[in-house]
Amino acid sequence: MLFMLIRRVFLGLVTVCLVSLIIFAGVEILPGDACTQYLGEYQADDELLAQCRKDLDLNRPAIDRFSEWAGGAVTGDLGLAVDGKTEISKIVGDRLKNSLLLALCAMGVGVPLALFLGVITGLWRDRLPDLFVSTLAIFAMTIPEFVSATLLILIFSIWLGWLPGIVLTSASAPASEFFPEILLPVIVLSLVMCAHIMRMVRSSVIEVMASDYVQMATLKGVAYWQMVFRHALPNALLPAINVVALTIAWLLGGVVVIEVVFNYPGLGRLMIDSISDRDLPVVQSIALIVASVYVCVNLAADLLTMIANPKLRTMYTRN
Amino acid sequence: MAVALAPKTESSFRAITVLKDLVSRPSGAIGLSLVLFHVVLALISPYIIPFDFKLQNSALMLSAPDNIHWLGADHLGRDVFSRTLMGGREALLVTGVATPLAVIWGGFTGILFGLVGGRLDEVLMRVVDAFLSLPWILKMLVLIVTFGSGVEVLIPTLAFFYGIPVIRIARAATHDVIARDFVWAAKARGHSRISIIWRELLPNVLDTLMVEGAMRWSWMLLAFSSLSFLGFGVSPPTPDWGLMISDARGFMSFAPWGVIGPVIALSSLIIGINLTADALAKALGIDRAQKAPM
Repeated sequence: MLFMLIRRVFLGLVTVCLVSLIIFAGVEILPGDACTQYLGEYQADDELLAQCRKDLDLNRPAIDRFSEWAGGAVTGDLGLAVDGKTEISKIVGDRLKNSLLLALCAMGVGVPLALFLGVITGLWRDRLPDLFVSTLAIFAMTIPEFVSATLLILIFSIWLGWLPGIVLTSASAPASEFFPEILLPVIVLSLVMCAHIMRMVRSSVIEVMASDYVQMATLKGVAYWQMVFRHALPNALLPAINVVALTIAWLLGGVVVIEVVFNYPGLGRLMIDSISDRDLPVVQSIALIVASVYVCVNLAADLLTMIANPKLRTMYTRN
Repeated sequence: MAVALAPKTESSFRAITVLKDLVSRPSGAIGLSLVLFHVVLALISPYIIPFDFKLQNSALMLSAPDNIHWLGADHLGRDVFSRTLMGGREALLVTGVATPLAVIWGGFTGILFGLVGGRLDEVLMRVVDAFLSLPWILKMLVLIVTFGSGVEVLIPTLAFFYGIPVIRIARAATHDVIARDFVWAAKARGHSRISIIWRELLPNVLDTLMVEGAMRWSWMLLAFSSLSFLGFGVSPPTPDWGLMISDARGFMSFAPWGVIGPVIALSSLIIGINLTADALAKALGIDRAQKAPM
């Protein structure tokens, strides 16, 4: 168990290191750099470019810059953005806080709702509530986020005028100032994630309810709800842990589209902007954060699953 | 020879059974009709559109739907109905080419590494993990910002990145069959690796790969339209649903008809693909695990 844990942590670290290498190599190998972007591809002559590269410290070998940046990142110092003035940890910190806020709100709404709906639809399989909710879930899952967001803005902020359709609060404002502007993005995100988790929970509830030990419990005469809560759900909800973990990773790294639609100052929009500007240090830092979150939540989910399910423990050590 | 022929006839026979099963399910029938409708529409739309999709008419700017312009006109006075009919062509072309490419390269790599195993496999899986832990948009944008967003960039980019998760799926599916007797028998007969992959592993992994391909297609389409919505995809004046929604969004408070057409078109195509993928998985007897598109 301990050996496995150490191995997993080590593999996670390897993954994070690989991510920063891939991103660095990717941005480095591709033609053009922050200077060609900053000066514009057409007007810049060689002299200006050379001066700019000297100013921005882009002349040194890539390996040197990478090792210096990586050394700093380990101690929590992400360095300066490519303009050489702004501290990355300040810019990224604000955005990360906002992304966390959005993610937490969406999870707070989405996860309990998903678990509830998943259990209900799983138990009442193929009956009217199930068909209704499952069909809705397919829509919520498949329709692109920018489409559902656009429709919700049209309905709730333009036609009904209930909620603000765009976020105007600045990136560094405290969390409380984002209400009520944050509500619509939270609704869209929770719809999508709720649909994913719900479908997972539903199929797992159906599977467990058809298993031998649930039938056994029923035959023994255990009351229906007691059987559901004591025998079925503890096993049926295990797979949900992994999906929730994936969802957290997605919420912190992949909600770029939602952030753009609602003008929300999160990590995703910073990511697009810094990629467009070829601001390698910022792109690196975001990639590092997002990859670490991905690795950590997956590790945490696997551990949780193991702690909650004794059956899996021996299986993992055997592999 | 007889041995080589036998699985072939069987598989073509099975394809028909699976197709019949697929169409007999309501979700499969609806999904497949939606997909076919969009494919046919994409092929014939240039010949049936009532107006030139590029024609700008300032007198019509943001005008409401009427008898002539069924979905009104956009902010440049272009006919929204014609543009909606044309709006899926680029998306279907790009994703239609990139999906098979992704499944082929990801599937082959996955099967190969599943078969080879060992240290090399371990290293490859770390690289795959590293790619998967990055948001899709970050990976794609880095390439698109550098090379532009033409079809010739989008197809290989999408095919490459959407092939990576397929590696994992194909590898896992390979691990499921690799310990079976017929693989051992083939190894014992001294068959080459290529022959084992082609004759023994691929037929057994194919079902999983097909379902995975259908799923990848819908996610790729989602990615493609999100990119053009963000302004990193199709360049104007080519009509594209994502771009049209993004353009019309700004005028939504007084001209909401601009978004309705492309919203319905895009959603129906993606739902169609998903329903088909679902029904295909059931027809092939695969329990399709639901995962968030990363």
